[in-house]
Amino acid sequence: MSKLLGSLKEAIEKTGLKDGMTISFHHHMRNGDYVLNMVLAQAAEMGIKNLTVNASSIFDIHEPIIGHIESGVVTGLECNYMGGKVGKAISRGILEKPVIFRSHGGRAGDMENGSSKIDIAFIAAPCADNMGNCSGKYGPSACGSLGYAFSDAMHADKVVVLTDNLVPYPLKDTSIAEGYIDYVVEVEQIGDPTKIVSGTTKITRDPVGLRIAGLAAQVVKNSGYLKDGFSFQTGAGGASLAVAKYVEEMMEKDHIKGSFCMGGITGYLVDMANKGYFETILDVQCFDLKAIESIRENPKHQEISAMRYASPAAKSAAVDSLDVVILGATQVDTDFNVNVHTDSNGYIMGGSGGHCDTAAGAKLAIVVAPLIRARLPLIVDQVLCKSTPGSTVDVIVTQRGIAVNPAQKELREKLEKAGLPVKDIKELKKIAEEIAGVPKAVERGDRVVAKVLYRDGTLLDTIKNTI
Amino acid sequence: MKILKNAVAGTLESSDLFIQIEPDDKELILEIDSVVANQYMDSIRAAVLDTLKEFEVSTGKVFIKDKGALDCVIRARMETALKRGGVEQP
Repeated sequence: MSKLLGSLKEAIEKTGLKDGMTISFHHHMRNGDYVLNMVLAQAAEMGIKNLTVNASSIFDIHEPIIGHIESGVVTGLECNYMGGKVGKAISRGILEKPVIFRSHGGRAGDMENGSSKIDIAFIAAPCADNMGNCSGKYGPSACGSLGYAFSDAMHADKVVVLTDNLVPYPLKDTSIAEGYIDYVVEVEQIGDPTKIVSGTTKITRDPVGLRIAGLAAQVVKNSGYLKDGFSFQTGAGGASLAVAKYVEEMMEKDHIKGSFCMGGITGYLVDMANKGYFETILDVQCFDLKAIESIRENPKHQEISAMRYASPAAKSAAVDSLDVVILGATQVDTDFNVNVHTDSNGYIMGGSGGHCDTAAGAKLAIVVAPLIRARLPLIVDQVLCKSTPGSTVDVIVTQRGIAVNPAQKELREKLEKAGLPVKDIKELKKIAEEIAGVPKAVERGDRVVAKVLYRDGTLLDTIKNTI
Repeated sequence: MKILKNAVAGTLESSDLFIQIEPDDKELILEIDSVVANQYMDSIRAAVLDTLKEFEVSTGKVFIKDKGALDCVIRARMETALKRGGVEQP
């Protein structure tokens, strides 16, 4: 018995893909992914219509999906993140059925509890054997962790592995095991390696970004969580990484040994772990080449699934043990709700990813963002989309001051006592408006183009069409 | 006062604006393209017209690509463009 088939077309036929089904994809190939486009083009050629695409993320490289929506091949879309190109088309209303946005943890949880049903999952595998054992760690398209693909493999009715690096059975270091895999297809390339990860992720040199990062690090220090056993998650953005740098300096100075760092992993976090600041790295997705090399070679560096990362349906998830998370925002409102789904004009250009999962799980959720970006104030009366509920956000750090959620009285006292520039969130809003002027409210249509589900599957907000 | 020659000021960087001005004897033509048009078009237009008035310029062509510049930046870039275009401060 071999699961190896001669072509993607044959695999699609064997899986029994037909009109109206839901197919799924994971996004570790990021903006270099060829697999989603390849599968949709093949399905379109075979005359299949009315598909729902559930992809952990949609990037700009997936722009051809717009054509498939227009031709009726794709009539439903579910994802945790959507880049600006497809986001713009969706915002203008090309898809009749609202897009379903979930979080990384919510997507895994909804597959686990059965509320999100996947008929056929397609897994882009940087290496695989003929029985479907696969991993992201090896091969010309190596992406490191395959974290988000685990739920798809475990819960879809049929699972197809696509690889451009077929190795003899058995693959010596397997992430997703053969028991979940129905078919294997060898293709020329699953992605463009130059776009899968960035070569290196760099710390910002922007003085505003550094000021924000410095203040955020002071918040971490004075919160009381920066002690032995400290666990930490931060993004790959320049300012988030700068927070890691300042936190590292504090850990060095006070001889603090942390327990784990998590998330999308960058070379910077790998270096921190290697220097002994963290016992282990929990990696659901690699952001750069150094992280990929590390997950392949460093026993301290573990691959984790989206379930283990953040699923609310699991008996526990790593986010529940997280001390501090550093998050971004396009908008924050005076109730501390955060928008990471749309820009200030209401166009979709992002998504929760793990934002609301980590905010809910972490003991201290810090949002870092400039008070004004291209004239637009960060803080508004009401966010255009509620991506993360304000009740789970503890601190907003801007270059002009720090706002603490009123529910966190003790924390506010600690930060004030440390001499940090703590201000009321409404005061921060006023400072920005005095500099930039009060922005006119953006008008939007009355059609719902996307529904944002919270990590537990409940409706958090809707996104209306742009006009 | 009149704009005597073509001139530019500013950049296309975020939070800045790029201004091109040209002479015109008869009318004032003002074209503004802004990334924050929805939120701030009225105040951008007001800042530009204000600066023109300050320099007593009533005719000419002004083309603006705004990347989210603050009011003070718009006025400073306008002033520079006008001076480069041969307009003297009254």
